[in-house]
Amino acid sequence: MKRCLIVDDSRVIRKVARRILEDMRFEVEEASDGLEALQACRRQMPNAILLDWTMPVMSGIDFVRHLRKEPGGDQPTVVFCTTENDVERIAEALKAGADEYMMKPFDGEILHSKFAEAGLI
Amino acid sequence: MLSDAEFAIVAREVKTRSGAVLTREVAGPAEIRLQPLARREGFASVSELIAAARIRPDGRLWNGIADSLAQCETRFFRDRALYSRLRDDIIPAAIARRGHERIRIWSAACATGQEPYSIAMLLEEAREQGLNPAVEIIGTDFSDRLLEKARSGLYTQFEVQRGLPIRKLVAHFEKAGDLWRLTDRLRASVRFDNHNLLKHPDHLGQCDIILLCHVLTGFDMETRAQIVQRASELLHPEGCIVLGAGEIMPEGCDGLTFANGVIARTGAARRAA
Repeated sequence: MKRCLIVDDSRVIRKVARRILEDMRFEVEEASDGLEALQACRRQMPNAILLDWTMPVMSGIDFVRHLRKEPGGDQPTVVFCTTENDVERIAEALKAGADEYMMKPFDGEILHSKFAEAGLI
Repeated sequence: MLSDAEFAIVAREVKTRSGAVLTREVAGPAEIRLQPLARREGFASVSELIAAARIRPDGRLWNGIADSLAQCETRFFRDRALYSRLRDDIIPAAIARRGHERIRIWSAACATGQEPYSIAMLLEEAREQGLNPAVEIIGTDFSDRLLEKARSGLYTQFEVQRGLPIRKLVAHFEKAGDLWRLTDRLRASVRFDNHNLLKHPDHLGQCDIILLCHVLTGFDMETRAQIVQRASELLHPEGCIVLGAGEIMPEGCDGLTFANGVIARTGAARRAA
């Protein structure tokens, strides 16, 4: 079973995403900011990371920059999931090492589609 | 919800005009989709709209009803494996056959245009890799309402997130307020035309590739065969009709062979084998 780390400071978003991902047969772990997510990755790298942008302590963009420098940090497929929807922001995320990008609001169909694009399913 | 009598007459008139088969299960959604038309035409309800359509002789309201109920379920790069085949096999083979001549791809019943624009994106990317395929892309639908949206190249955030990889979004779209707009170059690369699949598509000219993906399921069996047969008459002798994933050629198509999601003239298929 593939593992996905959901990183979002909103408990509601984490709950919604967890439900969809579990239906997609992912084992799910949660983190509420970038630093917590980095610590989770150091314990065990997930296959996928669903990542918010704006969070306290460490933002999503800072997290992905740090992650890609970690040993094994090139392995997880990172899918941003954020309200940031400017082309410049998307380009910045891809440059930092994100693999796919999803704009909120989202539903199960979009999440499924994005994970398929990223080769996760 | 439409009454049985209202639904029966709507289903009959829609089938006459577009060939689409409406089942009783869509009576609820159909009423919702007809409400904007009823409002625009100044009726207090969908029932009043239907009653007026029955007594007006010019058929304009029925045409509007058929247009409003036109199938518009589509998305960018629907069936990813199919687009890989188009990019790697089907389009290059058509180009190789034609030499320096331009090939023509027809996306039939393209609704809001995601399918022909997906093809245009593939070709644009081929050009960026130094290839220069000469391809004309035509998208048709019988609904002017859907064609207008297709021509605009404007899509909601929801629409661009269904099937479109993010790198393609960044490469081919720009933000337009809350919407996303295809680049002018991409929009200009697809010609949209009104065509009803119940009629002969002569005016479209010879085609190398005809996309009939997820189109036939909306019609009865007899009409499906007629649509394929008519489309095949436009085919270049070595051309092909492409169906969607899991679809098969309807029974009753003469002189055509179906294999691996693709319909070709029997002789052409044998030569290819």
